[in-house]
Amino acid sequence: MSKLNFSIFRLIKAFWNTSISKELEYRLNLFIEIISVIGNLSGSLFVLSIFYKGGFNLGGWTWSESVVVLAIYTILDGLTTSILQPNLSRIVQQVQDGTLDFVLIKPVNSQIWLSLRVISPWGIPSIISGFLLITYTFIIGKKILSLYSILLFCLTLISSIFILYSLWFIIATTSIWFVRIWNANEVLRSVLVAGRYPISAFPAGLRFVFTFLLPITFLTSVPAEAILGKISLSLIIFSLLFSLALLFLSNKFWNFAISFYTSASS
Amino acid sequence: MKLKHLNLAYTLLSTQYALMLEYRAEIFLWAISGILPLIMYGIWSEAGVSIGLGIDSKWLFSYFVSAFIVRQFTAVWVMVSFEEDNLEGRLSPYLLQPIYPFWRYFSSHVAEQITRLPFVLLILTIIFIFNNQLFWFPSPFKVFLSIIAIFIAFTVRFLLHWIFAMICFWNDRASAIERLLLLPYLFLSGLVAPLDTFPEPIKNIALLTPFPYVLSFPAKLLAGHNVDIFNGFLNLILWAFVFFIIGFWAWKKGVRHYSGMGA
Repeated sequence: MSKLNFSIFRLIKAFWNTSISKELEYRLNLFIEIISVIGNLSGSLFVLSIFYKGGFNLGGWTWSESVVVLAIYTILDGLTTSILQPNLSRIVQQVQDGTLDFVLIKPVNSQIWLSLRVISPWGIPSIISGFLLITYTFIIGKKILSLYSILLFCLTLISSIFILYSLWFIIATTSIWFVRIWNANEVLRSVLVAGRYPISAFPAGLRFVFTFLLPITFLTSVPAEAILGKISLSLIIFSLLFSLALLFLSNKFWNFAISFYTSASS
Repeated sequence: MKLKHLNLAYTLLSTQYALMLEYRAEIFLWAISGILPLIMYGIWSEAGVSIGLGIDSKWLFSYFVSAFIVRQFTAVWVMVSFEEDNLEGRLSPYLLQPIYPFWRYFSSHVAEQITRLPFVLLILTIIFIFNNQLFWFPSPFKVFLSIIAIFIAFTVRFLLHWIFAMICFWNDRASAIERLLLLPYLFLSGLVAPLDTFPEPIKNIALLTPFPYVLSFPAKLLAGHNVDIFNGFLNLILWAFVFFIIGFWAWKKGVRHYSGMGA
């Protein structure tokens, strides 16, 4: 078993090497990506500043606390650009062309293969600037981060990444039945924009939707609360368990879905 | 001559409409993915009243719902489809036809809007069921004006994207630039925050760009807010004219670089 795991890591390393060298052919993209990240962040900060200049606290969060939420959103957005988007948009293509066959017959876990086959370096500017922004707010606020809150932050961030991944993967999986579904992920992306702001800034009805129907709360607000030290331990444990359950569900759903796969064009 | 053009336009539109009808489910999903103004309404409705700019919840509701409608009918994806056609050599047969390929893309966008209409009406009905106390009725004349404004706004956005789509002739990943075009549209058009809430200097800069006129202006017209109708239309038409000239010129320059990949 350990030997098998080892080979998966080696495989992924090889895949990522090739996909990075392929992407680096388009170096202009790095330039575009950096401008786009800077523009996006300054635009979002500008919109936030409109709220705070008006003397309004977004759901009781201070300015720097809201900036942390925005920073976490930026990190997740970068991960989406780097891993989720390039891999999961391919599932749809593979179902359409019938090339999913070649994935399924390989002696590798097909979910891991499909989720980590390629990587795009263009999300890295977002990820870096997200972390920089968090560091900056803590330096400005002259707050000292304890190791404990960093640990809690890492735990909640990992669980938010798992949740984000599971949502994407479950939606991409439905392409086994519906084939042309790639813009369903676009819908998901557009709703996740709500994660730029603390969830408590929304009216009660939307807050309910973003917590129980689409767990956006766990994506950005919970990790922000963790690093700001305003979270209870039970919420952290709940968010971890919840993310593991979703991950498990995504795997079960995938195995269920491929039993319906009819393999187009073969 | 005139009749021939009308015939051509009708044929283009009806074939593209038939094509779009095939992808109803996809178009429905695209319609939902334009939900951003409604999400922003959620935040503004909690924040707006306390901001003290004379903005009340009724104002915000009509503004953001109108912005949602305007955005639905000004969606543009010509850069992506042009890049695809260019890279796969599908542009070659289009070039042989005695019609500026621009019209093919333009008509497919218009056809998509027609397909989208029932879905937008459905979403609007749902919004109104949940918010019926904030319902507003713009006058028929204002509705008529805003339909024209939305169509010109769509044309301006389409022409702007068409200009940048021409970069495909030189670079095979030009659609990455679309991300950059989206930025000023997102933050300067009034999509995420009404221009009235901007600080004066930034608002003035925004008004020098075409972006407020392609979203904020038609949205306010539709919402029945106070807006300088003459100035709005003047700007829309001016920008459409400028972009049309540049786009035509860029096409003439670019098409000479076309290498017919895949053919």
